[in-house]
Amino acid sequence: MRTAASSGSSSGVPASLKGILPVLVALPLLLVLEWTLSASPFATYLLSIIGVNIILAVSLNIVNGMTGQFSIGHAGFMAVGAYLAGVTSLALKDVAISFLPVAVSDQVFLVAALLVGGLAAAVSGFLVGLPSLRLRGDYLAIVTLGFGEIIRVVVQNTEAFGRSLGLSGIPQTSSVAMVGFWVFLVVLVARRIAGSSHGRSLWAIREDEVAAEAMGVNTTGYKVRAFVISSFFAGVAGGLFAHFVPIINPGSFTFVKSMEIVVMVVLGGLGSTTGAIVAAVFLTLLPEGMRSLFTALGAEGSLAQKVDQIRMPVYGLLLVVLMLSRPQGLFGTKELWEIVPRWIPRRRKGM
Amino acid sequence: MAELLQHLINGIAAGTIYALVALGYTMVYGVLKLINFAHGDVMMVGVYMGYATALALGRQAQSSAWGVLLIFLVAMGGCALMGFLIERFAYRPLREKPRLTALITAIGISFALSYGFQLDAFELKFRGLTLPIPLPGAAPRAFPQIIKPAAWFTLGDPEFPDVVLWNWQIISLLVAVGMMVALQYLVYRTRFGRAMRAVSFDHRVAALMGIPTDRIISLTFMIGSALAAGAGLLYAIKDTSVSPLMGLMVGLKAFVAAVIGGIGNVPGAVVGALLLGLVEEFVVGYAASTWRDAVAFGFLILVLLVRPGGLFGRVAAEKV
Repeated sequence: MRTAASSGSSSGVPASLKGILPVLVALPLLLVLEWTLSASPFATYLLSIIGVNIILAVSLNIVNGMTGQFSIGHAGFMAVGAYLAGVTSLALKDVAISFLPVAVSDQVFLVAALLVGGLAAAVSGFLVGLPSLRLRGDYLAIVTLGFGEIIRVVVQNTEAFGRSLGLSGIPQTSSVAMVGFWVFLVVLVARRIAGSSHGRSLWAIREDEVAAEAMGVNTTGYKVRAFVISSFFAGVAGGLFAHFVPIINPGSFTFVKSMEIVVMVVLGGLGSTTGAIVAAVFLTLLPEGMRSLFTALGAEGSLAQKVDQIRMPVYGLLLVVLMLSRPQGLFGTKELWEIVPRWIPRRRKGM
Repeated sequence: MAELLQHLINGIAAGTIYALVALGYTMVYGVLKLINFAHGDVMMVGVYMGYATALALGRQAQSSAWGVLLIFLVAMGGCALMGFLIERFAYRPLREKPRLTALITAIGISFALSYGFQLDAFELKFRGLTLPIPLPGAAPRAFPQIIKPAAWFTLGDPEFPDVVLWNWQIISLLVAVGMMVALQYLVYRTRFGRAMRAVSFDHRVAALMGIPTDRIISLTFMIGSALAAGAGLLYAIKDTSVSPLMGLMVGLKAFVAAVIGGIGNVPGAVVGALLLGLVEEFVVGYAASTWRDAVAFGFLILVLLVRPGGLFGRVAAEKV
């Protein structure tokens, strides 16, 4: 069994700051990035999509990778977050905090909406997780799949969610910086969980649930908590998504979306946070790249359109081939810095 | 009252079809402790095989008794072969690996089938050889009426009857009950069935006792897949359409039925499926038809909360 990477203790940074240090460093960088990108809507969109996919993949990895359960309905929680954040933003559309500049007030409301979406997703994660996580892992797969279906039916039957037509007119207040902030947050939380005693319990459950229980791990409790955290971030990702696409409808959160995230996690390596990130970036850019390539090569338009159609069966086959040849995925449970070649000097472990 | 009777008939008719699919899930789960996610999609492929056979037979021959029999035989035989291949090449190499790997593989196969079948037909050209790949495309197709619908029993006004009992409902009920009785006989009264139950109990010990476990598991898969194909055809006759995504939905509901009855339990699957068929029908009839697909899963979550082992199953403590 692997142990969590311990952080170096000789860097001279106060321990209390260490946790949020990455965010403090990254925020100015993100704002600079945002400023340079403001001229290109496509680049902004692509980066936001990549960010949302990273949040989804990293959060799903907490359940599927670290805990060894198998949720295949992540898009359902994303939908809960997207719709509730969207409805919240629509309700607060004409309100502004008077003593703040408009842009800042918008961001405050965006964060509020994201929190509403995330919390709603977390609550639904609790409701879905509690009955199914008491049982063996494979029940979770079915129940989460069914949950996605329930969400679709509920949305299609609710006037406030725009039924099948979708919800439009949500203020487009999301930005690359905001998405990037949440990416950092989810990575931080995932890494922190992996290294904590909570994470060790999750790894134990993943390796052998019966043995973990015998060692005094409250398996159901840990599994449900991991699932709730994961659902929260899926909800936030959905909320972000709702704030930079023109319209959200049930078609954006189908089983296909869930499978895309599952493939990212499995390809990156079940249990590897950086693996999930790498796979999310790769699998988001690949279809875009292929589409541009076919268009650039001057192939008939049909081929470029085919990319979307062929993607799904290829994902399915990819899962089968991966399981038969390399079931641990690209990185296994290792992180990126653990698999870099030996000749690159590495930071010494704390212990 | 008449309305209630009609809903009862429809619910039982739908339930018998779920039951046949659920039996395949339950058998495979009983033997391998694996949720065969691809089961519903194997069923979908079987329906397409039957569809192709029906088209090949032509309008006249396909509705004759021999034609119908041939359609069923082709679909069930083709699916049995497919079940064998999937088990042999996708599941068997993973049998000693963690259970999660087999589950992911099953999801992968399900996904590849249901979305692969949505591609349009194309031709593979290789060194002057042209190999046509006949894929049906995403649009649903009308399934031919191989059993001409006829009302066998009506109640009330002959023109606009209150209650109708269609011939295909009776036929599918008879076929379903026939298959279940045959299965029950197979599992509890034959040498093969005894071997199957032994493998289900503990496949390592069964192998030590001289039971050819690999062959038993292969056969279980083949029987389950053939049952699914038969059920799929009955479903297509009822629905008069066939589409690449039908397997996903029917398969899931059948799984729900199997869990309600207690997965791994043959009579439980049948009872669970009938119950699910009735519940769905009553929701559609008395509440709102748009909520139909949510009901099955709501029901599943409820059952898992109250009685996780299902109605007839027991939650067995996992042995180390």
